[in-house]
Amino acid sequence: MTSEARITGEEPKSGTRWLWFFKLASPPHAYRLAGLLRPWFFWPAVALMLIAAYGGLLLAPPDYQQKDAFRIIYVHAPAAALSLMVYVVMAVAAAIGVIWRIKLAHAVAASCAPIGTWFTVLTLVTGSIYGKPMWGTWWEWDPRLTSELIMLFLYLGYMALRASFDDTQRADRASAILAIVGVVNVPIVKYSVVWWNSLHQGPSISKLDAPSIDSSMLWPLLIMMLAFVLYFVAVLCNRVRSEILKRERNTAWLTERLARS
Amino acid sequence: MQPGLLKLVRLVAQRDLRLAIRHWDQVIQPLVFFVIVTTLFPLAISPSLDELRRIAPGVVWVAAMLASLLALESLFRPDVEDGTMEQWTLSGQPLSVMLLAKTATHWLLAGLPLVVMAPIVGTALGMPRSVWPVLAGSLALGTACLSILGGIGAALTVGVRRGSVLLALLVLPLEMPVLIFGARAVDLAMHGEAALGPLNLLAALALLFVSLGPFAMAAAMRISVES
Repeated sequence: MTSEARITGEEPKSGTRWLWFFKLASPPHAYRLAGLLRPWFFWPAVALMLIAAYGGLLLAPPDYQQKDAFRIIYVHAPAAALSLMVYVVMAVAAAIGVIWRIKLAHAVAASCAPIGTWFTVLTLVTGSIYGKPMWGTWWEWDPRLTSELIMLFLYLGYMALRASFDDTQRADRASAILAIVGVVNVPIVKYSVVWWNSLHQGPSISKLDAPSIDSSMLWPLLIMMLAFVLYFVAVLCNRVRSEILKRERNTAWLTERLARS
Repeated sequence: MQPGLLKLVRLVAQRDLRLAIRHWDQVIQPLVFFVIVTTLFPLAISPSLDELRRIAPGVVWVAAMLASLLALESLFRPDVEDGTMEQWTLSGQPLSVMLLAKTATHWLLAGLPLVVMAPIVGTALGMPRSVWPVLAGSLALGTACLSILGGIGAALTVGVRRGSVLLALLVLPLEMPVLIFGARAVDLAMHGEAALGPLNLLAALALLFVSLGPFAMAAAMRISVES
């Protein structure tokens, strides 16, 4: 890496302090590290998912009002949380990529987008399945559903912008600006939609009233949330690896590595 | 010689205004589009004014949003294609200020005519005259927001082939809060209620976008121009 050489060469003091950072950002190192970390996130995620599913589907008592239908929140709520979290991770990675010109950060941002899109789709699908018994319709112009739909549009716009550039570096930087503008706009969208709806109709059924939820229902939800986060990191490791392969396909280290294996 | 910032703004604005006067037909087109779109609603829904009055705020706002989207096509593309924008990025002058001046001029040519036209269209859809100030005010603030957000999108997509569909895809989700506040203000005014809340929020959004937007626009433009 030229940046690594420059920093360590000119400023040895700050260089050694930041060396781990630049080492992390070097593609061969990141490729190896992501491969090493992947199983450590994936298998705990699977184990926790099984525990949470057992707790949520079998141990937790049915809701006094919603009966067994409420159990879909064990998929719905973590997916909704992740769809927002992934967008923030994506925007932070994109900002790091723009500010410090780290290519790996752009690779992380690019890998986040499809994962976030699928979490958003999962949220919308489970939300409308949840809505059918609760509200009697597949789709309700509820603030949460609507802002989630706008979230999906933001992800699709990000991916469409990336796809429209042939040059990866330009795609990286242009989409980074969109991600940053988007993340500033997400809270505005969120609150404007809530406000829009509150004037139109009375509040809908509150899906996740934290204080009123029984602990036997809550712990599987929290564990499922953790499992989703771990699963996201595992999938991210996988995607970042393939993103590095795609970007570095003409480099010496990769040819050497492939020749060895 | 380095001209001052105000002179820079004036030069950019003068140039764009002169260009617009020479190609006035391109300036008119989004306005005609605005009127045509609002004509579609009575045809599609019902000619009854009672029914149209109910949806008029939304119709006017959606049509204004689409018209401002259409006008974005001419914001940066001609200058990028003939190399003017490349000279601007190399000129050593602050690109964000120049782009802000350009967007402000664009608002004068694309946003302001919508503000003037909207009460006429609104009346045709059965809006009472008492709503005019709120309608014009919300559109004035709202189209300023749309110009800046659209300017960021236009700067990002100007280097892309067939960028106009992409532009709509990028910009419309970001513009939804503006639509919500704008249409809400007009709706409140039509029911005889105070519309100051949403108007204040629109003004806050406009301030936010005008102060931060030019930097995003300049960064996006640099990416689009270099290649």
